[in-house]
Amino acid sequence: MATRLSGVARAFGDRVVLDSVDLELRDGEFTALLGRSGSGKSTLLRALAGLDDEVTGKIDVTSSVAVAFQEPRLVPWKRLLANITLGLDAPVEKAKAALEEVGLTERSDAWPLTLSGGEAQRASLARALVREPELLLLDEPFSALDALTRITIHHLVLELWARHRPAVLLVTHDVDEALLLADRVLVLDEGRIAHDIPITTDRPRHREDPDLVALRTTLLAALGVSPEGRS
Amino acid sequence: MSVVELARPVEKPRATPKGPRRRVTAWHRWLSPLALLAIWQIASASGLLPERLLAAPATIAATAVDLTQAGTLHTAIGVSLQRVLIGFAIGGLAGILLATVAGLSRAGENAVDPIMQMLRALPFFGLIPLFILWFGIGEEPKILLVALAVSFPLYLNTFSGIRGVDGKLAEVAKTLRLSRGQLIRHIVLPGALPQTLVGLRQALGVAWLALIVAEQVNATTGLGYMINDAREFLRTDVIVVGLLVYSALGLLTDSLVRLLERRALAWRRGFLA
Repeated sequence: MATRLSGVARAFGDRVVLDSVDLELRDGEFTALLGRSGSGKSTLLRALAGLDDEVTGKIDVTSSVAVAFQEPRLVPWKRLLANITLGLDAPVEKAKAALEEVGLTERSDAWPLTLSGGEAQRASLARALVREPELLLLDEPFSALDALTRITIHHLVLELWARHRPAVLLVTHDVDEALLLADRVLVLDEGRIAHDIPITTDRPRHREDPDLVALRTTLLAALGVSPEGRS
Repeated sequence: MSVVELARPVEKPRATPKGPRRRVTAWHRWLSPLALLAIWQIASASGLLPERLLAAPATIAATAVDLTQAGTLHTAIGVSLQRVLIGFAIGGLAGILLATVAGLSRAGENAVDPIMQMLRALPFFGLIPLFILWFGIGEEPKILLVALAVSFPLYLNTFSGIRGVDGKLAEVAKTLRLSRGQLIRHIVLPGALPQTLVGLRQALGVAWLALIVAEQVNATTGLGYMINDAREFLRTDVIVVGLLVYSALGLLTDSLVRLLERRALAWRRGFLA
């Protein structure tokens, strides 16, 4: 079931963050949502995750949604495997398989606070994917990782997406990340979807690909930045 | 080649080993208490410190042995321990239960918290006369005084522990579709546990204090009775033995909680280390 939003709005006091968002997320499509900081990207994601009670408008979303947050948000007093199985109806073997997919089988007995940032973020992905969501929401989950770990996790995410094929909405402020991963890039500005740009370049993609270089300039301009950094 | 060299650990000249030196310092710390004990013994032996004010350390040690052999000490400890344990169980359960009610909802907080804050302001030792009127002079007022004393630190700490649980984890619970019961069991209560354990240690401290006070009132058994009875006969040695037993029991229960803490909070070791 595709996800549809129409006229979605949200204000915090006098500040209108989402003015009127119309959007359709198609099944199995990898969408990146870009926007300047404070543009309401995360607000939109929280609305889709059902974490915002005060949002207005029409949100038509599958009941099968999973979220990976910016901080991994593992439950610190549960060992890794128990974090994956938390609230899960499926047998424990599935959770073990999910840990294996993200390469954490050996850490399944570890306490979350002993994991590295990359490991914790991979665990958070496993916890989301083990629920076999139709819609996977990623709220800047790579922004706190170091550059090398981020590259590895980008590959992992694409691999997992190719295998499970959920619709993905990746909220990010990183233009390159959006270009490398997504089928489609949205730019949120002034509380509306200002741009909706498909990316048809084959994967695996390289940053130097001329199509992507051109798109980067377009997207940076849409975000109000020139490639040299001056606005 | 250079990589191999870099990977080789650099040999550092060994500093003076820390272990033995630390042991010497630990030993040093015993010197002043031992000296005090010696001065006390000499003062008693020379008659400077009369026995009706304070018995000599040697006398106290001998009395402790006598009381143990006669079984008096065992019986007294048994009775007192039982009072503390029952009182602690009642008060602890009530405190944690009320904190859960108050912590989980605004309505619960409005119902429970004002009353608890008012009761907390009462000097609970001042309640003894009322407790005697209500419950007589048997076991009940003693146990209930302990229970009352214990319930407040556990209530306050558990309440603030529940309210301090990371809201971000509650959001995770929501996205994982946990039921309210699961949320409480897997997120809220374990999240409040570190603070509850702080409350538990505070509660143990006041539990013994409450017992000592309660046992001064019309007790016919227990450590408090033993001490009061000794006062009648100017047996300062027995009084000191009783006091030492109280503090030993206090230390013992405290170390039990610390053991519990280490097991229950094993998940924190990672980031404390």
